[in-house]
Amino acid sequence: MNNTKRIAIIGATSSIAEHCARIWAQQGSVELILVGRDQRKLEIVAADLLVRSQNTKIEIVVTDFIDPTAIQNTVDALFTFQPIDIALIAHGTLPEQQDCQSNLGLNYSTLEINGISPVLYAEAFAQHMTKLNQGSIAIIGSVAGDRGRKSNYVYGAAKGLVTRYAQGLQHRFAGTGVNVSLIKPGPTNTPMTAAMKGSEKFATPEEVAKTITAGIESKKAVIYAPAKWWLIMMVIRHLPSLIFNKMNI
Amino acid sequence: MKPISSWGRLSHEDHQVIPLNDRHQAFNQIRANETQGGIAHGMGRSYGDVGLNPKGALWLTTGLHHLIHFDEHTGRLICESGVLLRDIQRLLIPRGWILPVTPGSQMVTVGGAIANDVHGKNHHLLGSFGDHVQNIKLIRTDGTIIECGPLHNTEWFSATLGGLGLTGVILEAEIQMRPTAGPWLDTESIPYSNLSEFFELADSSEKDWEHTVSWIDCISGKGQGIFMRANPNKELKHAPKMKAEKKMPFVPPISLVNSLTLRPFNFLYRNHQKYKAGTSTVHYEPFFYPLDKLLEWNRMYGPKGFFQYQSVVPRNVGQDATQAMLKEIEKSGEGSFLAVLKTFGNRESLGMLSFPEPGVTLALDFPNHASRTHKLMNRLDAIVKEAKGRIYPAKDARMPRELFEAGYPKLNEFLKYRDAGISSSLSRRLLGS
Ligand SMILES: Cc1cc2nc3c(=O)[nH]c(=O)nc-3n(C[C@H](O)[C@H](O)[C@H](O)COP(=O)(O)OP(=O)(O)OC[C@H]3O[C@@H](n4cnc5c(N)ncnc54)[C@H](O)[C@@H]3O)c2cc1C
Repeated sequence: MNNTKRIAIIGATSSIAEHCARIWAQQGSVELILVGRDQRKLEIVAADLLVRSQNTKIEIVVTDFIDPTAIQNTVDALFTFQPIDIALIAHGTLPEQQDCQSNLGLNYSTLEINGISPVLYAEAFAQHMTKLNQGSIAIIGSVAGDRGRKSNYVYGAAKGLVTRYAQGLQHRFAGTGVNVSLIKPGPTNTPMTAAMKGSEKFATPEEVAKTITAGIESKKAVIYAPAKWWLIMMVIRHLPSLIFNKMNI
Repeated sequence: MKPISSWGRLSHEDHQVIPLNDRHQAFNQIRANETQGGIAHGMGRSYGDVGLNPKGALWLTTGLHHLIHFDEHTGRLICESGVLLRDIQRLLIPRGWILPVTPGSQMVTVGGAIANDVHGKNHHLLGSFGDHVQNIKLIRTDGTIIECGPLHNTEWFSATLGGLGLTGVILEAEIQMRPTAGPWLDTESIPYSNLSEFFELADSSEKDWEHTVSWIDCISGKGQGIFMRANPNKELKHAPKMKAEKKMPFVPPISLVNSLTLRPFNFLYRNHQKYKAGTSTVHYEPFFYPLDKLLEWNRMYGPKGFFQYQSVVPRNVGQDATQAMLKEIEKSGEGSFLAVLKTFGNRESLGMLSFPEPGVTLALDFPNHASRTHKLMNRLDAIVKEAKGRIYPAKDARMPRELFEAGYPKLNEFLKYRDAGISSSLSRRLLGS
């Protein structure tokens, strides 16, 4: 019997994904497949994981995040010889909201990379996992997807798309061997946010990754990371527009 | 622009924060396009202005947190400069390798440890951090990449070690780790009641004890304190239990360290330590990094922040100079409760501007009471200068230029290796640019 879990990480060079990979690698008996766009960056991450855990098998896959055919082929290839046990879909970008408002091209690509692309990956994994009736799909959404706010509604709308999609997948797979987790990190102190005011008070990617890997392990449907964001977002979602629209958030 | 403070929290000025997260792309990010230049910034665990550059660029290195290679047989570790010493320790100690030298906080980056050539409690045995660095990969703001080490490009190595970030941005380093039996230490604490006793303890401990350090009561002026020494335990094997970290939850409106709290604090601390006097076996983390458990304890000094004053004076005048400094502090009533006294071994540092030199080092925290505090530190300066000692730039925010020049005779040689696109508050204050 081979107990080694095969874990595919889409967007493996993102800070949160990388910290999840470090936790998994140190748990032992996993095989990690790092999927990303930039070979050199993937190699840096892979080398780091190898130092941390010499016996973990690590593979690199360079691919496209936008083209549906490329996405289909990438995921098909991952299942060629063995099933994937966990798929973590983690890629994304966070441009300035102002820039998305003035530049429709950027607006479009923001929706595409944060919304459509993760959804296509999820669907491609779903195709294979349905057949096998086993596996976990974990998608990184965001608290920004819970309610549109003027400070980042383009990014938020893309993450909202991911939220609805994940809900639908969860409905479809209810009672089967396939599990779908939607992850909603709050603001995290990563290179993406380092220049933002107050980012030193954000959660660290280590903390967030711990919550995520534990949540996936226990097959939670929705994983707020850190967990306190569940309460905060419940309040924000339920604020009447009359009040909400006066707030500067 | 984003407000940035260093550990002493003396200023909160805006910086243009540029996170570095890809060592191959770093050049595009650090290219000097500012008149003000930029400076590398790790965990900001330096107390003063060595890693600050208000209104200018700050190249944040914590995104360079990747390990590159580790050889289990030779103990050579190659890593990016933003890796935390904590992460190296936690990963490799269970595998039988320990960092030979670490400072009193492990929440610092490899780059920061090199740029300040930091020292630890085992200086008498193993020197400073730089004594164990085999290679540094440095990028200059003109795009040149320089590799240097103790056996190649030695002049660049010597300038960059303890070079306060001014010779270029360190991208990678290779460190020679040291074999270890595990995470446990056998420790002993011994109260001493005056400086002569301290020096006797220090002299007699250096041969048989790897780690020595002492806490000294600088309120009473008597020179009493607790001497602590430790050796690695070679038998104990079971898994270490980590305690959860606590944060200082808020910045109190006034400094909690004032004349009302100082005396009782010293009294309590001393008696608490006395109670624990004797031997015990402890995990390396609380022994080496006692303050790390209380994350952000620096907030306790209130919104005005605090100064640290660390000096080293040669051994032959060590006792007199230390006594004189303690007297000044007692007289001023500006005491600090965190005073550390330690001897450095007979080993010259490799870096041109490295702080450690043979002698005795005293480190004190002073809450920022503006001119009152400056006056006291000026008096301490006079003692250090007369003793032909020097002050630690990693902890400094105010030393006068002439004391810097007097303390660091290789300064002129160092200047040849400066990177013209790099500048910090400290470099402008002490070097004029
Ligand atoms: C609780 C506590 C205890 C301490 N105990 C000790 C001790 O026992 N001994 C000791 O020696 N020090 C001690 N220190 C000081 C600390 O070790 C040093 O200040 C250390 O350099 C901090 O590292 P950092 O990563 O925070 O660097 P920063 O403080 O951010 O930067 C320090 C310097 O390093 C430079 N730098 C950082 N990264 C790079 C890079 N990649 N390339 C080039 N330059 C770079 C910066 O420009 C700056 O000049 C202590 C500090 C604290 C908070």
